[in-house]
Order: sequence, then C-alpha cells, then structure tokens
Amino acid sequence: MLEVIWTTVKLAGLTTVLLLIVATPLAWWLARRRTWWKEIIAAVAALPIVLPPTVLGFYLLIALAPSSPLMSLLHPFGVRTLAFTFTGLVIGSMIYSLPFAVQPIRNAFEAMGERPLEVAATLRATPLDAFFTVAVPQARRGFLAAAVLVFAHTVGEFGVVLMIGGAVPGKTEVVSTRIYSLVESLQFAQAHALSLGLLTFAFLVMLAMLLIERRAGQAAS
Amino acid sequence: MSVSGGGLQARFTGRLGDFTLDAELTLPARGVTALVGRSGSGKSSLLRCIAGLTRLNGRLVVDGQTWQDDRHFIPTHRRAIGFVFQDASLLAHLSVLENLRYGQRRAKHGEAVTFDAVVALAGLDGLLERAPGTLSGGERQRVALGQALLSQPRLLLLDEPMSSLDADSKAEILPVFERLHQALAIPVLYVSHDVLEVRRIADRVLTMGQGRIVDTRAMATAEQAFAGFEPDKIRRLALAAHLAGLDPA
Repeated sequence: MLEVIWTTVKLAGLTTVLLLIVATPLAWWLARRRTWWKEIIAAVAALPIVLPPTVLGFYLLIALAPSSPLMSLLHPFGVRTLAFTFTGLVIGSMIYSLPFAVQPIRNAFEAMGERPLEVAATLRATPLDAFFTVAVPQARRGFLAAAVLVFAHTVGEFGVVLMIGGAVPGKTEVVSTRIYSLVESLQFAQAHALSLGLLTFAFLVMLAMLLIERRAGQAAS
Repeated sequence: MSVSGGGLQARFTGRLGDFTLDAELTLPARGVTALVGRSGSGKSSLLRCIAGLTRLNGRLVVDGQTWQDDRHFIPTHRRAIGFVFQDASLLAHLSVLENLRYGQRRAKHGEAVTFDAVVALAGLDGLLERAPGTLSGGERQRVALGQALLSQPRLLLLDEPMSSLDADSKAEILPVFERLHQALAIPVLYVSHDVLEVRRIADRVLTMGQGRIVDTRAMATAEQAFAGFEPDKIRRLALAAHLAGLDPA
C-alpha cells in the first residue's frame, strides 16, 4: 500500500514541477499577446477539462506505443515505447492537468496589468529581468494556486493513468487505480482506508485553495 | 546633485486609437518644461513615445544620442529616463527601499544622483521600510520620484504625477517638485492640466491640442501676457475658456 502512495506522490510532485515550467511561458504568452487566434491555442490547452479522460488516454496510448511515428523518432535514442511506463504516466498527467496550471497563472499575469512591467522597463530592467523580478513575484498566488490544483488533480486522476499506465504494480499503479482493483476483488476494508485518505486530502486541498483566494482578495482590496 | 545633458529634440507622427499625433518639440539641456492641454490632446501619448513605451514613427535625440529614427528604436529599458506615472508607479511586491534600489542597481552610468541626496530631496526618511500599499498618495509619488531619480536619468518624464492626489497631498509634494529645477541639470518634461501647479514648477510651457504642439513660451512670458488684466476680465476669460471646454481652474 505504501508503494502505491509513494508512486502517486512521486507522480503528482513531478507532474507539478514540470508542468509549472511548461505552463508558465504559455500562460505568459496568452496573457500578453493580442492576436485573435491566441484563444484557439487557449481552447486547445483547456480541452482536457471537458475531454473524457479515457479519450485523452486512448490517444496518448496510441502516440506513446512502439509503432507510433512519435516513438519511432525516439528509437535511435534507445526508447521503444512510453506506454505502461512511469515516464508515459508523467507525460499523460502533464497534458491532462495542463489547464489547471495555465489558467490560474494566466489570470494572475492578466490581473497584474501592463503597468508594473512598464515601470520595470523605465527602471532599466530587461524584459527577462522584469519577468523574473516583477511578473513572477507579483503572480505568486497564481503559481501557488496552480501548484495546488495540479498536484491534487493528478492525485485524483483515474481514466488517463489507467489507459496509459495500465496500473502495473510497483511501476504505474496509483492510489485511484488501486482502489478500483480492490473493489473489483471485494477487499472493501482496504478500499475504505485509501478512499478516506483521498477524501481527507481533497478536503484539505479545497480548504487551502479557499484560503489562498481569500488572502488574495484581502491583498487586492 | 548634477547630471550633464544636451537637451532633447523629438518628432513623432502616427495614429493612436482615434486621434493622430503629430508633435515636434525641443527641450533645453535643463529646466522644467510643462506640457499642458486638455485631456485627449495627446500629452501622455507624447510622453510615452519619448519613453519608448509607445512606438510611433519619428525621431528622438536625447543628450546627443539617437534613441529613435527611421532605422533604430532603442527599447525603453535601454533609455536613460526617469518616468513617474500618474498612479501606481511603485512595484507593489517590494518595500520602499527595494523600490528605490531597483532602478539604482540597474543604472548603467555613474552615481551622479546619490541615495542620500534623493532621500533628503524627496523626504523619504522614515518611509524606507514601508510597503507601497501602506503609503498615502503623496508619499507614493515622492517615492516614485526618488525611484526615478536614482535610476540616473538623462531625462525626467512626469505624467500628471499629482492629478490623483487630494489637496493636502499636493501641498506636501509641490515643494519637492519646485526644488527639481535647481537640483537637476537634465531636461524635465512635466505633463499637467493644473495651472497652479505649472506656475509653481515650470520654466517653460508647451501647449498641446489635437495631437500637436500649438504653443511654446517661457513661463514668465505666459504670465506677462495676462499681467495687466482686471480681475473682472480674467473672470470672463476663465468663463470663456470653460465654455470652450477647457478647465481654467
């Protein structure tokens, strides 16, 4: 059981860190650019919210299978497949949780407005300098919200991890898929324990989110 | 505190939203020039063009350096300007001290303006540890001025720095701006629509209307033009100006 929890935490933690790095430039671009087609990109990035996880998982399974064109590009590097691997699981989780990272960060960048960056520019800060010394610190609540949401959403995912992870014990089996197999084999006591754990975790996450938002509201007023 | 400078020559043309800017101006190497005119006449836009925050076609030479012409456009962060915005020019996540140091640390040339001199000029002692959110409007603008000066500008641009302040805050900050022309040997361009402010601070007055500079004169000449007027005539003129859509008060 501990092994399953560890796999889950490792997956959620890694996904959160990598996704914040990937989502930040995208959120920045979406917040700052004024082109009509940026909302198309935004819609694509938000797709995982409404797409059934099994659909996303199915496409990912095909993309990460040995015969896919994507994987054939990686064959020279000794990678044959990412399906049913932990790496594949991380990639799938990142795509699945992308909107939960992009949206809060984009909102925070937009709420900040143009002015702080103009001020930084008049004080000789290069755009990159201003990004790290002004934009990121001023959007810190957005980053915090994104991190909490992505971590929690990854812990809670089921369809995607089952499709591309296959719930291989010790490798790609996480808490949510373990609960499913426990119920299937009628081991209700263990299923109860894990479910209660996730319920408590989910409650704490929502509480944390509300507190972050309340503090943000107070700071803004 | 002295910074050497060679004045400013600028010309900008282009459309901005629903009006056309077509302005040409020259500033001497030192002294405060007020840029006045009714709202929507392009004062702030002109200031933003000079700062490089807005890009229009044109030419801009400051202190002998070309900041913009047909082929070059030096971005804002490489222009030695100090800019005080109408409001919110402080970085909200930094303390007053960190705000002052932000530009100072990034200034490319020299320490002509020292930290202590700025703190004394703008009366910032006692504010240094505060967060911008806890300052009054007047305090905020004094810090913003200090921040701009510490970035060692060759040109100081002030965009209606007092327009959002109440009467008390204005009274508190006016003396600081009055001291500017003695303290600085760089051109200062000051956008305002407050006649009283301009009288106390400026050496020269440029008037803008519909995106053009329509009048340039020394402050003394501007005052002289109305020196012999009877109070009654002044009142009638003020009323006429008011009816024409200007705000003489």
